[in-house]
Amino acid sequence: MNLLYSDVEDDLRTAVRDVLADRCPPEAVLGRIESELPYDTGLWKLLAAELGLAGLLVPEHLGGQGASAREAAVVLEELGSAVAPVPFLGSAVLATSALLGCDTADGTVAALLARLAAGEATAALAVPLSGAPGAPFPGSVTADSEGRLTGRVTSVADAFAADVLVVPAGGPQGPGLYEVAAADAAVERFSSLDLTRPLSDVTFEAAPARLLPAADPAAALDGALLTTAGLLASEQVGVAQWCLDETVGHLKQRHQFGRVVGGFQSLKHRLADLWLEVVSARAAARAAADALAAGDHLEAALAVHVAQATASSTAVHAAEEAIQLHGGIGMTWEHPAHLRLKRAKADELALGTPARHRAALSPLVDLPPA
Amino acid sequence: MAESHPTPGKDPDASEVRRRVAELLAAYDPARVPREKFLRARFDAGLAWVHFPEGLGGLGAPRALQAVVDAELAAAGAPDNDPRRIGIGLGMAAPTILRYGTEEQKRRFLRPLWTGEEVWCQLFSEPGAGSDLAGLRTRAVREPDSGDWIVDGQKVWTSSAHLARWAILIARTDPDVPKHQGITYFLCDMTDPGVEVRPLRQITGEAEFNEVFLTGVRIPDAHRLGAIGDGWRVAQATLMNERVAIGGMALPREGGMIGPLAAAWRERPELRTPELHDRVLSAWVAAEVVRLSAERVRQQMAAGAPGPEGSGLKLAFARLNQHVSGLEVELMGEEGLRYGDWTMVRPESVDFYGRDAGYRYLRAKGNSIEGGTSEILRNIIAERVLGLPAEPRTDKDVAWKDLPR
Ligand SMILES: Cc1cc2nc3c(=O)[nH]c(=O)nc-3n(C[C@H](O)[C@H](O)[C@H](O)COP(=O)(O)OP(=O)(O)OC[C@H]3O[C@@H](n4cnc5c(N)ncnc54)[C@H](O)[C@@H]3O)c2cc1C
Repeated sequence: MNLLYSDVEDDLRTAVRDVLADRCPPEAVLGRIESELPYDTGLWKLLAAELGLAGLLVPEHLGGQGASAREAAVVLEELGSAVAPVPFLGSAVLATSALLGCDTADGTVAALLARLAAGEATAALAVPLSGAPGAPFPGSVTADSEGRLTGRVTSVADAFAADVLVVPAGGPQGPGLYEVAAADAAVERFSSLDLTRPLSDVTFEAAPARLLPAADPAAALDGALLTTAGLLASEQVGVAQWCLDETVGHLKQRHQFGRVVGGFQSLKHRLADLWLEVVSARAAARAAADALAAGDHLEAALAVHVAQATASSTAVHAAEEAIQLHGGIGMTWEHPAHLRLKRAKADELALGTPARHRAALSPLVDLPPA
Repeated sequence: MAESHPTPGKDPDASEVRRRVAELLAAYDPARVPREKFLRARFDAGLAWVHFPEGLGGLGAPRALQAVVDAELAAAGAPDNDPRRIGIGLGMAAPTILRYGTEEQKRRFLRPLWTGEEVWCQLFSEPGAGSDLAGLRTRAVREPDSGDWIVDGQKVWTSSAHLARWAILIARTDPDVPKHQGITYFLCDMTDPGVEVRPLRQITGEAEFNEVFLTGVRIPDAHRLGAIGDGWRVAQATLMNERVAIGGMALPREGGMIGPLAAAWRERPELRTPELHDRVLSAWVAAEVVRLSAERVRQQMAAGAPGPEGSGLKLAFARLNQHVSGLEVELMGEEGLRYGDWTMVRPESVDFYGRDAGYRYLRAKGNSIEGGTSEILRNIIAERVLGLPAEPRTDKDVAWKDLPR
């Protein structure tokens, strides 16, 4: 188990961070959230195609980078830190992982993966963002005998940016994953708690669809949810680290009572505790990414549940401390702290709450319920 | 020009280490050779602490290879050095002696320290100097003729002093300079007639620690560690290592106090309630995360010395132990009302696991006090990791003798 960052991972972080510093300053993020263009498509093109982030998880022979969850985790730390308005999680992690769980030797699957990896298309997996690994296969969409989809999926992340939807649906032959052109579905963006990760309700009315061959579609879906839950922990670490750094920075220069406010012991101790929480969450998130990369399913599931049960609360706590310790300015729309609080709180619900991940751990670690 | 490239393949790797273990086992069959003899041979083979230099029990190899050695030797049924009995020597005295000791001191002290033939204790805290350790009053005065140091004072909370052959000691050698500057670090012979050790009974009933009275104790200058007046800096190395030693042990999953809690949950279905279930799972997650954090710090410092991150580990370890042991008493229900044994004894070593939940709960209270309190550790993290302003202080530029008492 390697819990550190490799040189390659450090270089990747630097590259992503440089682009974000240049293209994604706080004013730009803030300026976009209430517009009709919630995603920065130019930035996404740059990250997805030129830096190759869209294909990180895709093997080289399918047109991707052949990297692993470890690298994707590093990217998510940086994207989380900047709350960058790009559909990396929805497309390059969630939808891509689901496709990787299908039969990748099949031409349809391989072609779609290649387009995603090249940044030519963006996809979303049609599940509620609050869906957790281990849940039963969803039944809200059904395929008819001609393979047309009808039904509705609520709270889908990054669907608004997607060209292609990967849709779990019940069909004549049982559960399956279907490819649907986003243009053939009604994607209605609604006002979401997290302003930087738009959510949509997606409705299908006899939408033309193509079944994606998969030996076990339910396992493909569950694996994608597990991978994404594990990698979300790294996004949460990125959010938490930003909150800690900003707050420490603010308190080092803010004076009250003739002193630097950061010198008051009650605040020093709160920040030391928060630092420890972030350090711990980082260790848990690294363990999850490393276990996902290593591929042992049981170890990965255990590490993901531990990371999610930890990092969710850490990000929320860090963001809440950031708001409180900034005082009045932390309460303003203008200051970027609220974007992290909203992201952190939404992330706590995303892909399973901490309590749900603890419950999922129960059989894995032989601590049965009462 | 001198050739500066390192010889390729010179650093011992896992296979080289395995070869040496096999050699040791071939020459000293653990089933026949007496324990002490085997441990000495292991030290001399460089397999005691592989990251130490050659000739001092190590091979100058990466720290991570120690796990290979330990596993191979354990599998061969070799005796270990009972690290719980000699934790202060291994975790604190040894790294400090290695860093600041003379060649002679290293050769004299490290081998019997590691084999456990000589137990060490730590004479730092005093009745008037705990968190503010640099305020200590124990005096060491140099005798002009002999050059020896004569030490007078009182130390307190000294764990294992009743077992110890040697002590790491800090004492004031110059009261006329500010407190941090006038301290010198010594290696003190606990059999000196001026050393008196009295047990101090603790919260659990027994006496792990002691008070130690030092009256005219004679320490040769050859047992001074580091320069005169440089004791505070030397002591920092001890304290950093102490925190890592307390919080940074490599544990298997469920290796710490979570072990008995999880076992009780599994074996005693009648104790389970739905509400306790989520709390037990939370505790399990917290324990696993502390384990991973410690593992990560170990990986970070595989090359270097422990930094302030070690303070974080110790803080996390204390909180976890107190939380988990408290939950364990609660889970035990009526049984939690009983306490195994309050008899005053002076234990040979500290064993968290051989006793009941109540003992663990009480002993864990010390985890946030010993080795720097959790409040002091938070100050250290805030100042040295986060760069926040230091605590306001009035004693920095004042000669120690002029400080208000
Ligand atoms: C089980 C056990 C074993 C020990 N073994 C040894 C040993 O072998 N050798 C040895 O030398 N010592 C040993 N100690 C002593 C230990 O290091 C001290 O007890 C510790 O450093 C605290 O000092 P103190 O007891 O004087 O408390 P004090 O320093 O008087 O502290 C009292 C309270 O005030 C708080 N406080 C003090 N200063 C500050 C500050 N600046 N900011 C915020 N809060 C502050 C403390 O956190 C604490 O809560 C041991 C202690 C225990 C409990």
